Amino acid sequence: MSNPVLILDIFLLVLVAATAVAVISVRSLLSATILAGVYSLLMALVWTNMHALDVAFTEAAVGAGISTILLLGALVLTKRFAKSEPVLHTPALLVCVATGLVLIYGTFDMPPFGDPNAPIHTHRVPRLLDQTVGKHETAAPRDKGHPHEGHPDDDFNGHAPNTVTSLLAAYRGYDTMFETAVIFVAGVSLLLLLRRRREGELGVPESSSSERGEP
Amino acid sequence: MADTHDQSGTPAGEQMSQQTLIRVIAKMTIPFILVFGCYVILHGELGPGGGFQGGVILAAAFILYGLVFGADELRRRIPPPIIDACMALGALLYAGVGLASVLRGGTFLDYGMLEPDHAGDGEALGMALVEYGVGITVCSVMVTIYLMISERRATVRRGEVR
Repeated sequence: MSNPVLILDIFLLVLVAATAVAVISVRSLLSATILAGVYSLLMALVWTNMHALDVAFTEAAVGAGISTILLLGALVLTKRFAKSEPVLHTPALLVCVATGLVLIYGTFDMPPFGDPNAPIHTHRVPRLLDQTVGKHETAAPRDKGHPHEGHPDDDFNGHAPNTVTSLLAAYRGYDTMFETAVIFVAGVSLLLLLRRRREGELGVPESSSSERGEP
Repeated sequence: MADTHDQSGTPAGEQMSQQTLIRVIAKMTIPFILVFGCYVILHGELGPGGGFQGGVILAAAFILYGLVFGADELRRRIPPPIIDACMALGALLYAGVGLASVLRGGTFLDYGMLEPDHAGDGEALGMALVEYGVGITVCSVMVTIYLMISERRATVRRGEVR
């Protein structure tokens, strides 16, 4: 227990659990929204503690930032307090506990955190760090030799410095592109479903609104 | 958030001073949030972060403006047609980079072919452009989500900016 990282991790996880319980139990919706933001911020600290900086960044920006703001925006339109409901729902509790136990049982098969001899570090990660995975061998001439002895005019020695970004943009380039497409489709669907009509348009037949692609 | 104070029953003077405080702080922080969002997008291939996170941070700045000054004011500053166009522009930029590498003789999204003599530079360029595309789309979609859920009335009055 003398490992400071472990002590910090346990401290943060206790805070995370306490915040999660508080989010469920508090009746004021504003408090619940802010506490959900606190939960995400604490999770971002946990990710940072595990050196998963990009994950922490996303958690802080999306979980603590934009979700909180969107929930606040929705809160303006609704009431301030949740309806009081029965506190304990036994079947739901049993399902949650059972799922949690199965997940914890699953972690017993995983290698210890940070184990350098884990299969992912001996097989996959070296190739990912070299950034040779997913590249078409003949498509483009690659710089020969050690990365740091690359082409003199090549500022990045043959690859982008941030491995996570290069994985997302190159190794999983199609995946990221269609993620962007999904976000785009979500925005377009919102526009089609929720965009307000002009008052003069209400009485007019369907033909005038068909320009926005509505059925 | 301006309209929530109507129900809480705070005196008019106190309400006014609270709003002044919120407005001043928002005006002071929004430029920094915007700069930080741009920084995160621009340095996506160099450090932590990238298009998605940066786009979300940029959107947070716009949404904060909308919360403090009202969604209609936000619509007046950034007309919705521009936001709609940006949603498509980002996705097109991403796919365009892929097509550009095909036109240069590589496979789809093979960034190295953008500058065949310096593959690393080509990769950094391709990834940077792709990250800008993701950032533009994410930012405009997030702002759209806020504008859509913050609407109270189902219709637009005559002469009102949509």
